[in-house]
This record gives sequence, structure tokens and C-alpha cells, in this order.
Amino acid sequence: MNEAVKNRELKEKIAQDYEWGFVSDVEQEFAPKGLSEDTVRFISGKKGEPEWMLDWRLKAFRAWLEMEEVSWAKLDIPDIDYQDAYYYAAPKAKPKLASLDELDPEIRRTYEKLGIPIEEQKVLANVEGARKVAVDAVFDSVSVATTFRKELKKAGVIFLSISEAIREYPELVRKYLGSVVPQRDNYFACLNSAVFSDGTFVYVPEGVRCPMELSTYFRINAENTGQFERTLIVADKGSYVSYLEGCTAPMRDENQLHAAVVEIFAHEDAEVKYSTVQNWYPGDKEGRGGIFNFVTKRALCSGDRSKVSWTQVETGSAITWKYPSCILKGEGSVGEFYSVALTNNRQQADTGTKMVHIGANTRSTIVSKGISAGRSNNTYRGLVRVLPRAENVRNFTQCDSLLLGDKCGAHTVPYIEVKNPTATIEHEATTSKISEDQLFYAMSRGLDAESAVALIVNGFAREVLKQLPMEFAVEAQKLLGISLEGSVG
Amino acid sequence: MSEEFNALLTVDDLHATVAGKPILNGLSLHVPAGEVHAIMGPNGSGKSTLAYVLAGRPGYEVSEGGATFEGRDLLALEPHERAAAGLFLGFQYPVEIPGVSYLQFLRESLNAQRRARGEAELSGGEFIKLARGQAEALGMDIEMLKRPVNVGFSGGEKKRAEMVQMGIMQPKFAVLDETDSGLDIDALRIVGEGINRIMRAPDKGVLLITHYERLLEHVRPDRVHVLQAGRITRSGNIELARDLEREGYAELA
Repeated sequence: MNEAVKNRELKEKIAQDYEWGFVSDVEQEFAPKGLSEDTVRFISGKKGEPEWMLDWRLKAFRAWLEMEEVSWAKLDIPDIDYQDAYYYAAPKAKPKLASLDELDPEIRRTYEKLGIPIEEQKVLANVEGARKVAVDAVFDSVSVATTFRKELKKAGVIFLSISEAIREYPELVRKYLGSVVPQRDNYFACLNSAVFSDGTFVYVPEGVRCPMELSTYFRINAENTGQFERTLIVADKGSYVSYLEGCTAPMRDENQLHAAVVEIFAHEDAEVKYSTVQNWYPGDKEGRGGIFNFVTKRALCSGDRSKVSWTQVETGSAITWKYPSCILKGEGSVGEFYSVALTNNRQQADTGTKMVHIGANTRSTIVSKGISAGRSNNTYRGLVRVLPRAENVRNFTQCDSLLLGDKCGAHTVPYIEVKNPTATIEHEATTSKISEDQLFYAMSRGLDAESAVALIVNGFAREVLKQLPMEFAVEAQKLLGISLEGSVG
Repeated sequence: MSEEFNALLTVDDLHATVAGKPILNGLSLHVPAGEVHAIMGPNGSGKSTLAYVLAGRPGYEVSEGGATFEGRDLLALEPHERAAAGLFLGFQYPVEIPGVSYLQFLRESLNAQRRARGEAELSGGEFIKLARGQAEALGMDIEMLKRPVNVGFSGGEKKRAEMVQMGIMQPKFAVLDETDSGLDIDALRIVGEGINRIMRAPDKGVLLITHYERLLEHVRPDRVHVLQAGRITRSGNIELARDLEREGYAELA
């Protein structure tokens, strides 16, 4: 009885809070269209940022004006009019649907295949009243999130939106922001530095092993996505953290251009595992619409024996331009890159990594699996650089491409620059077509063509998928199958 | 004909081409429930083509004639639908699927068949139990089935694994394409016993395609057919197979 009353009160309280949230939605404000110093000032002001942050943004903006878009990637990028876009809007209101029946049947089918519960589907699709129906779900996630926060706090882990972190931990943010990806690093990183909307800040103190996968948190707060995300992860001496971003559910967004920056700073003996599942809207079969995803991700293995491992499953976006990299400065530090990039229809991906060996005895591993179907183009571009003072460096690179059909392309562009003769560099590359023999063998055992392709493709990508946290590995497997639908038979 | 009435598998005046080249030229065959039939023939006579046509391999075009399975038009079905209907093909050259464990492959396949038949799927536990039993019966360690499908398997191991698959699928009808090739004498006996154990039943049937008579000493066929130039030229009992072994196909032509 008592319990029930308490529950009802809590729910009422939450419903009230929610109404407040709704009111502020109505009052949302947009920055004026276009990009200028005023836009940058507006964003910074909206967020109540300190002076140094505004100055940092403005410096980036001025630098950006002098820069040019990249052109070396094997991508056909349409002209982007940077003045014809909004750079700041409070959380966007998606069009409301009266029921799930109004949802694009293709998206709905995908939700079902991924096994997303009906109520969660309604929230994702923004069905009228779904929030109220899902009060329980919201209630649960709020309480779970609170539990997480308590646990993280106890461990001393700071895990906040970057806007909050700028307010609450200005010295920490100031010290590390831009220390791994300098503002002028490239056109898109520079743009991000000027106008980043929000993102995440993580600090793991010395000797702390983060008590949970930070993925778990994200799965219940899946709305943390944005056009210009900024993520900063600092792992202090001897600490460990595993972080997962992204979502297997298909994500649509009115903003076509996405330019995120992720920086990871690893001190002595620290280890960071960063996993991504990216399923932004890829455009339709003819290549209309779809997200342009220009991402700069870099880790600095600053301390001795530090280790950073990137794992990515890239299935979405019309254009993907992304090279999660490791600067291996600390002696004996380790960098890893595991990637599955799948392109179908008219998608284009140019993705890979850079492993820069500065310190002695540094090691790196690169495993890239590219899958191309339809009329898509999929390029692996990777750099392994060994500087003169880096003794006894080891690198192993394996780069496999799988083709489905005869209208797609797979390209491998490895750059290897070795300035120290003690280095051991291995590079293996294969390109294969999904074989008729394999397909027929699997079908003769009872699998239909699509399941057979999904199985073979998952086998091909297995080395990478097994690096993902368990619950995401399962979803990522399903996602690969779904992304290839219609590409055979 | 009562034989036809009972037939699990009926092949009628089958003509088939591969890449435009005629390989089967009017092949007819009736395999009643409860029987094992052997097909023998020289290289290039169309043995494997027959197996592939029955299982529905793309690229094997039927230009004339037909085949029914339990009275259904077999050729109208997709390969996976034939599997769900109870047809199993034992491959002459089993295919490797890197990164996919045998257990995952077989569980997904079996459950796909079961779904298609409207049967309940097997849980992980039930499946492992089934797989372990079948593997042990064929002298194979279950650990082998945790490895990727056929990757790094010897020729003999691949053939044995095909029989484990057959045991797990429990088909009504098996077309076994040179399952005996690449087997040593002990393995041949184990595989022969496996075929008898899994497929010798009043409601099941087997088409055993082979070059040699030696497997037939383990799996006694009810009928032996000789395939030459894409059609059956002679049929008989086990004695026909022994004659062939002694005298070769040329003598019979």
C-alpha cells in the first residue's frame, strides 16, 4: 500500500517535471541562420560559458575562415553551403505522429528486426502521447541513471555533458580541450571547435577502474546525439574506462552535416576502450538525403604503457570520413583499431586510422573489414608512421574487403612511413567476393538468401565484432544483416 | 506403377544444362520411401550435376522434365525451402565459412528449417545436446564444432562433419555426393554406419552418388544405377556395382 502511494507520488512528480520540460521546449530558440562571429557568441552565451571558452571558440572560428575543405579522400562530396544552416537550436522537436502506423514502414520494420520494444519504438518515433505512456520507462531510466551517477561519483569518475563540465570543472576541461586534436587540425575539427553544440566529458582519476561500461548509461539516454558533438575523455594514471557511443536504431536528423570531435588523453598505464556503432540515415536507394559524417577522433597515449583501443561499426551515413587515430608517445604504449565499415546502395565511406609511433617499444594493431554492396564505394585509408627515435616498434595491419555484387568498389590505401630500421611492420590485405559456393552451401542447410548473406558477412567481421561489449555485439550483428537487405538475389 | 506412387523422390526425363552445355539428357529415377539407391558413373557423366539440380544450385538450368519430392514440385522450391521440406545434400566439397562457428551455423540453419515447418525453435541447450550426441556418434569431438565451418578441417573431417550435419537435420531424403571420397578405411566404416543409423528408416530415402563400390559394402543399396552421358543406362542390385568395380564402365557401355 505504502509502496503504491509512494510510487504514484513519484510518478506524479515526474509527470510534473516533464510538463516543465515541455514548456521550455516550446520556448526553444534558434541561433540566426548562417555562420558568423555572432553565431559563435550566441552559442557560447546560450550555454553560459566563461570568457576563456568564448575566446577559444572565436579563435577557432577565425582560423576556420582561412581553411579549406579536404579533398584527398576518395569521396564525392557535394558543395556544402555553410551559411545555409542553423548552428544552434535547443533540442529539436521531431514531427509528432498520431501512432506508429504513420511511421515510415521501413524504419518500423528495422525497429522490429532489432527487437526494440513497442513502447520504446513510440518514444524513438515521437508518437503523440508516447512520453506519457512511457512514464514508467522514463521513471526507470531516471532512477537507474541516478544509481549510476551515485556509483560513478563514489568511484570519483566525472561523467558529464561537456557544457556542464565547462561550468563545473573549468580547469580540467581547459587543460585538455584541444590538447589532442588542435583547433587547426583540419577543416571539420576547426568548425567543430567554433560551434560545438554539446557532447561528453569523462575524467577517470588515478588508479580507478570505471565501475561500469559507460555504454549502459547511453543506452537509456540515447538522445545524446547532435550535429557538432564534442567528446573529451581523460584517463589518469593507471585508470581504465570503456565507453560506447552510438545507437543501432536508425537515426534520422534534419541536419545533413555532422562534424564531431573526440579526444582521448591517456596517462601512464591508463587504458581506454572506445566503441562506436554508427547508423545515421544513409539516404535512400538512389542516394538522396543521408547524413554527411565528418569525424575527427584521436587518442594521445601520452604516458608510458598506456593503451587506447578504437572499435567501430559503421553502417550509416551517406558519406563517412573518419580516421580514429592513436599518437603513441609514451614508451611501450599500445594503439588498436578494429573497424567494420559497411556501405550499400550509393553510400560512400573513406575510413581508417593513423598510428603514429613516437615512443620506443610502442605497438599497434589495425584490423579493418570493409563490406561493399550495391553501388557503394568503400575505402580503407591508413597511416602507420614510425619516427626516428621510436625503437623496436611493432605494427600489424590486416585489411580485408568483401564485395557483394559487381557494381560496388573496395579500395585500400595504406601509407607506411618508417624512419627507424628496428621497426617490424606487417601488412596483410585481401579482397574477396562473397562466393556463390558459400551462399549455396548455407541455403542448402535451410537459410534464405538474406540470412545466408548476413551469416557470412558476420563471419567476415567477427574479429572486430568480438571486440564490442557483449550486448552491442549482438545488435551490431543484426544491424549488418539489416543494412544489406535487398543487396542479394 | 506402385513404385512411382510410393516414391519419395521422382525424377522424370530430366534435362539440365550448365553454362549452356547439356549435362543431363533425360534422366529418370524413382526412389521409394525406405530405400537407398546408388548412382555410379564415370567422371563427367553428370553425377554431381544431378545432386546440384536436386538441391537447387543456381546456374544449373533444367531445360526439360521435372522432379517431385513427396509429390511436390521440387524444382519450384528455393534451395532453403527444399531443405525445410526435408532434402539434404551432402557436399562432395564442403565449403568453408570463416568466422562462423559450426554450432552457430547449424543452429541457425536448423531453426530456420523448423520455423519454415511451423515447429518450435530449439533453445541453445537443446541444440548443444543434439549436436553433441550426433558428433559423438560419428567419432567427432564437439570442440571441432566450435571452430569455423570447415576452416582448417582435413578432407576426411569435412566429410564426417557433413554426416554430423545430416544427423542434426534429420532429413527425409539425403543426396550424398561422393561422401566416400577422401576417407580412409576406418572413416569409411564410421560414415557408412552413420548413414545407416540416420537414414535407414521406412519413411526415409537416400541417393548415394559414388565412384567406387567400397562404400556400398557398408551401406547396402536397394538399387544401383549406372549414369553415363547424362542418363541412366543400367539398373540392378549390388552385383552390378561389383561388376563395375571389376570391369570398369567402358565394358558396360
